[in-house]
Amino acid sequence: MHELSLTQNIVEICERAAAGRNVLSVTLEIGELSGVMPDAVEFCFEACAHGTVLESASLRIEQVGGLGRCNGCGAETAVKSWFDPCRECGGYGLEIVRGEELRVKELEVA
Amino acid sequence: MCTVCGCETDHHYDHDHHREEPRAGQRLTVEEDILGRNNRIAARNRALFAGKGVFVLNLVSSPGSGKTTLLERTLADLAGRHRCAVVEGDQQTDNDAVRIAATGVPVKQVNTGAGCHLDAHMICHAVEGFDLDGLDLLFIENVGNLVCPAAFDLGEAHKVVVLSVTEGEDKPLKYPQMFHNSDVMLLNKTDLLPHLDFDVARCREMARRVNPGITIFELSARTGEGMGAWYGWLAARVGKR
Repeated sequence: MHELSLTQNIVEICERAAAGRNVLSVTLEIGELSGVMPDAVEFCFEACAHGTVLESASLRIEQVGGLGRCNGCGAETAVKSWFDPCRECGGYGLEIVRGEELRVKELEVA
Repeated sequence: MCTVCGCETDHHYDHDHHREEPRAGQRLTVEEDILGRNNRIAARNRALFAGKGVFVLNLVSSPGSGKTTLLERTLADLAGRHRCAVVEGDQQTDNDAVRIAATGVPVKQVNTGAGCHLDAHMICHAVEGFDLDGLDLLFIENVGNLVCPAAFDLGEAHKVVVLSVTEGEDKPLKYPQMFHNSDVMLLNKTDLLPHLDFDVARCREMARRVNPGITIFELSARTGEGMGAWYGWLAARVGKR
């Protein structure tokens, strides 16, 4: 349940950026290979935002699909997991080029 | 104020992102990494360890894989060869720290309470009591958990994942991020193999599917079988950073 400490980080980042203004919405980017469950972040967000300028903010989560590049043949493959093989040559050990994102993208302040 | 990480108390705020005062209804582009604070402190830890010549390993596994027994054996066998210290991470109790202290090695227990992992900030404070100039090797025994510790860089040289043969051989596929992020896998409790259906070759194959470059040692911390290769791996790296 590391989503709890991650969500505390999210709230801290947003509080700094908002500089005291009330936050209307928060947009996050969460990669499908980040190991973070969007549902769990949503669950934690309400508790972590309580008593802060994010208390009434809505949360938008943009999921970023995984993309791996094959070290063998160089082909790029959409991946759902760390052990998906290359779609061209079947090799394992793709270098993950997208899908590990964990980012506060933007805020909307009142 | 902490002079290592610059924190005020338990939380600290970075002041390197000065922003304009937001206007009403304004959209603010933030683009900030949620793990950024942890990663910045981890980078500072790494620089500190490199400067002091301490080789740091982050031991991760599920609960009960034998991390503490492996450490007890390793510390006893390496006594006189490398100067070691240990940071013990558990949600509660100092039981493991007591076991490690019995080997005569400096140890610091970190209790994470509700937390399921160690983070870089905990480590930067945990090592304050150690004489880093007098250390070659620091083992960090993470909280027993194959999920959450994978995401948190502590400033270690390598993550070392311990998997015992009493667990399923498909653990690397079930918890791929941890095996992907680890450079070494120690397959522990091999003395029990005659009593189990555990397929070592299949386990190795699955670990390599997740991480083709992973270094694998088969060993038993209880009998000492296979520990020599692990010590050889350590000896080749200690003091070289």
